[in-house]
Amino acid sequence: MASAEPYSAPSLLPPRRRRRGRRSSLRSWRLRDQAVFVLAWTVGIGLFAVVAALVGFFAVRGAQYLRPDLLVTHPAPSVSQAGSGGFLDAIEGTVLLGVIGLLIAAPIGVTTAVWVVEYGRPRWLSRIVESTVEMIAGTPDIVLAIFGLALFELGVFAPLSYSEPGGAFGRSFLTAGAMMSLVALPSVYVATRNGLVATPRQLREASYALGKTRIATIRRVVLPGIRRDIATGSTLGLGRIIGDTAIVILVLGATLRIDTQSSTPLLGLLRGTGSTLTSYIYGNSPAGEGGAPQKASAAAALLLLIIIGLNWGVGRIGRIGGPPLHEPKRRLGA
Amino acid sequence: MSARERLANARSGKLRPAARQSSENVALPIDNLELTADLMSVTPEKADSTTQVAGTAAHGRERLRLDDVSVFYGNTPAVKNVSLSISHGEVLALIGPSGCGKTTLLRTLNRLTELTPNASHSGQILLDGDEIDELVDTDLRSRISMVFQQPNPFPMSIFDNVGFALREQSRRRPRRPELEPLVNQALQRAGLYEEVRGDLGRSALRLSGGQQQRLCIARAIAQKPEILLMDEPCSALDPRSTAVIEDLIGQLSKDLTIVIVTHNLQQARRIADRVAFMYLGDLVEIGETEQIFTAPREQQTREYIAGVFG
Repeated sequence: MASAEPYSAPSLLPPRRRRRGRRSSLRSWRLRDQAVFVLAWTVGIGLFAVVAALVGFFAVRGAQYLRPDLLVTHPAPSVSQAGSGGFLDAIEGTVLLGVIGLLIAAPIGVTTAVWVVEYGRPRWLSRIVESTVEMIAGTPDIVLAIFGLALFELGVFAPLSYSEPGGAFGRSFLTAGAMMSLVALPSVYVATRNGLVATPRQLREASYALGKTRIATIRRVVLPGIRRDIATGSTLGLGRIIGDTAIVILVLGATLRIDTQSSTPLLGLLRGTGSTLTSYIYGNSPAGEGGAPQKASAAAALLLLIIIGLNWGVGRIGRIGGPPLHEPKRRLGA
Repeated sequence: MSARERLANARSGKLRPAARQSSENVALPIDNLELTADLMSVTPEKADSTTQVAGTAAHGRERLRLDDVSVFYGNTPAVKNVSLSISHGEVLALIGPSGCGKTTLLRTLNRLTELTPNASHSGQILLDGDEIDELVDTDLRSRISMVFQQPNPFPMSIFDNVGFALREQSRRRPRRPELEPLVNQALQRAGLYEEVRGDLGRSALRLSGGQQQRLCIARAIAQKPEILLMDEPCSALDPRSTAVIEDLIGQLSKDLTIVIVTHNLQQARRIADRVAFMYLGDLVEIGETEQIFTAPREQQTREYIAGVFG
């Protein structure tokens, strides 16, 4: 009989929530959908495997060869591994070049984006500016480098580098930094432009409705609102500067050590030549003239670490200082 | 009875007999609906004469006068031949169905429509007798300030939001100690000071929606404008924040002229001294709040109030 069943009180707890809704199983999909599904997973995992291999390889190499003393000793011209020193100058060169490049690129990129988005008149000029930036982004750095060298060897630019009465040497931190600014410019420009375009119209109107001029609105409201976009673009631009080799070799001179060009402290350094981690790696790799592949690997591990750090920084920038006005655009295909 | 008293009465549940009768008054006999078609076209003359009557009935001296104002987007008129006058210290509510030109009219008063490409207006808008197109736009907008539908605080601290309104455009930027009393005063008038006094350096974006809107009001009244335009200031807010802001409007109307666009008829009734009903770009009727709600002259007004359309 039914009464034989033990009575169970109705549970007061809600029924256990199903973790997932019903889904049609993969097997019931059409063949083409199945194929695309598998392809998507394969490509995704494959890409991850490549990056993991790269990072893993340099993590091992770095652990093997990256010694703290390499970071603080000057490099020396020597055939023996023991005497060729570390890559302090390359680190310093990387930092210095990044700073110079960004100091030039950031204001120009931001100003250009503001002009194109907020004013943009005459129309044809703003279109030319837009496509110019796109063209810079698409120009190979070796082309920029050779142009930069030709440009800065002109007599008018003599103050920027080592020069003699006959002409300018053209190679210095200043000239290389100027060319590097072109490498970073598109990132800064695109990020700023996207931020400006995404700024809600109501925000500008609020400022206008308080009787503020357009320029005050841009300076005090719009630009502070997109400082994260600008920071993101600058960081990405910095990453591109740090990773560039062609300009360093042609326009910075790729001298093993930083060679200052006069006794004036700062100016001498800026007019001097030097190298960066990228050119150091190139010079010491089996392809280069030097025979110190271990040190090249160590420098490469360090460079990769810096780039990973910068990318992490880009992600962090998006979260500082309260909720964003809009979702910052991370993909910056220029 | 002023807007403030009415507001207080509405809060305490004391509705006057006139208000109670309203539902009976607006009950429409079916056969009257046929009149609607004829009344669709209210002539400007008619609106004008209404204005004269309502204008003389208002409290203080005339601040803002609109003569035959039309606003166009391209060739499409959004506001047609509107004439009205707004007196010192009154609260004027613009009501009407969506897309009837209320907001456009409001934005024309401080020349914000200029920011929309191909928007233009005809007719005259006089602020204290001066044609507003003759005034410098930034001066005009600091005299006629505006609060928007969506709270739109700037992405900066609470203090800087209000301070921004006070800082000079150029030359001398007042320093924080100079600004502080003014900022605090504006926040007090907007009824926000007590809630944020502990941390004026906090980002304004972290405030709640109602607080953000009150911050926007504080910002708008910081430079002591003469007229405050409000474009559905409560439509994005919950009932409690709405009540706070309505109280605030009652407070502010002591020394400010307020023009408010609202979709909420009860709100218009609670806070406004006069109500203007717009339909399809026309100013159909303008009059004392009680008259509009209890004895509207126009058929369309009656139907809108009764909820036949809109």
